[in-house]
Amino acid sequence: MKDQEHPHEHDHTEPPGDLELKVKALESLLVEKGLVVPAALDVLIETYEHKVGPRNGAQVVAKAWAQPEFKEWLLEDGTAAIASLGYTGRQGEHIQVVENTPMVHNLVVCTLCSCYPWPVLGLPPVWYKSAPYRSRAVSDPRGVLDEFGTILDDHVQIRVWDSTSEMRYLVLPQQPSETQGWPEETLAGLVTRNAMIGVEKIPPPKAQGAP
Amino acid sequence: MTGGHDLGGKPGLGPICPEPESHEPVFHADWEKRVFAMTLACGFLGRWNLDESRHARERQRPEDYLRQSYYENWLAGLQTLLAEKGLVSLRELETGTAVGKPAEIAAALSAQAVPQVLSRGAPVDMVIEQEACFSPGDLVRVRRESTGGHTRVPAYLRGREGIIQHHHGAHVFADQHARGQREGQHLYNVAFSSTRIWTDEENPVTDFMVRVDLWEPQLAPL
Repeated sequence: MKDQEHPHEHDHTEPPGDLELKVKALESLLVEKGLVVPAALDVLIETYEHKVGPRNGAQVVAKAWAQPEFKEWLLEDGTAAIASLGYTGRQGEHIQVVENTPMVHNLVVCTLCSCYPWPVLGLPPVWYKSAPYRSRAVSDPRGVLDEFGTILDDHVQIRVWDSTSEMRYLVLPQQPSETQGWPEETLAGLVTRNAMIGVEKIPPPKAQGAP
Repeated sequence: MTGGHDLGGKPGLGPICPEPESHEPVFHADWEKRVFAMTLACGFLGRWNLDESRHARERQRPEDYLRQSYYENWLAGLQTLLAEKGLVSLRELETGTAVGKPAEIAAALSAQAVPQVLSRGAPVDMVIEQEACFSPGDLVRVRRESTGGHTRVPAYLRGREGIIQHHHGAHVFADQHARGQREGQHLYNVAFSSTRIWTDEENPVTDFMVRVDLWEPQLAPL
């Protein structure tokens, strides 16, 4: 990845102090009005901070790599195949899995907001929701991939999936050829979130990572 | 009207500068967590749907939408909906003090109910009587007419020609859903060639495909 030294001047995640206060005041008001229960908010946060995240998607990918019949089902009916592993629900009601091959590379974006397959990837990273990614993914995908250090051969066709409906897209990355026959759990450890969005590929494992 | 949210192809927005995946936290501040959770919890009150939520964020002035961080936009959208739906008054939002009666709702989302409501989700597939107009392989053009409110047609595709790739069946039509109407329309995945979208001869783009889901009323036959 490039620009590691680049300051994040465009992502305004450092709030002014009054924003923190404003949000606290809103929560107090909503509690007083009977609209929210703080304990429910805590469970929602806990769920997406610690339980639902890209490790779920990595299990899906590893299973597809290890079991051809599961892969076939996953590509045919992503929602059902993913639900069979227990990953269902909000922002994953309708999932289509798109497969990267030596000839085709898939990249997922939501130019209009931040649609993202929550049950398998959790909440999207800041960059996925950012204006620069949302603008350029559909006009200059090779430039975007370059910013993530991903270089594709010229003959590889890029397919950019702009998530405009309630269909959610998950990329099935290419399995590194060195890892054929590895157990699912080991394979899952190789799968990154960024590869399942399509901005990166899965690099060949380091020698010491082999079982 | 095209709002600040409709970003596909907008120039001059700078580099992406992603945080390394291994170091990025899910939330970057406590207030973000609370805004996220309040938005979901209030959404489960059933007074508005997801498309109305999107529309509430998009209706901000474009300069505000672009200047603010992601969860600041969520906060703005939530406040708009709370006020418009009469759950909280503007005065209460300004002062932070409840003056009226508690809101008339069946029940707030409880901690115990969270796993079930998340796992259930809100599927949008529907069965409708109307037959699908298009089939895979059909050439279509994205209609230019703006519906005047929320739409899931990105500006960069208006008037562009594409090829139907897949019929997803009927889904709730987002553009009407944002007006509170649950209407089913056939949904298609359509392929657009980059060279048919970005036609600036001075800055030719390399060839790639953009795949987009569009509803039947948004498409015209060619």
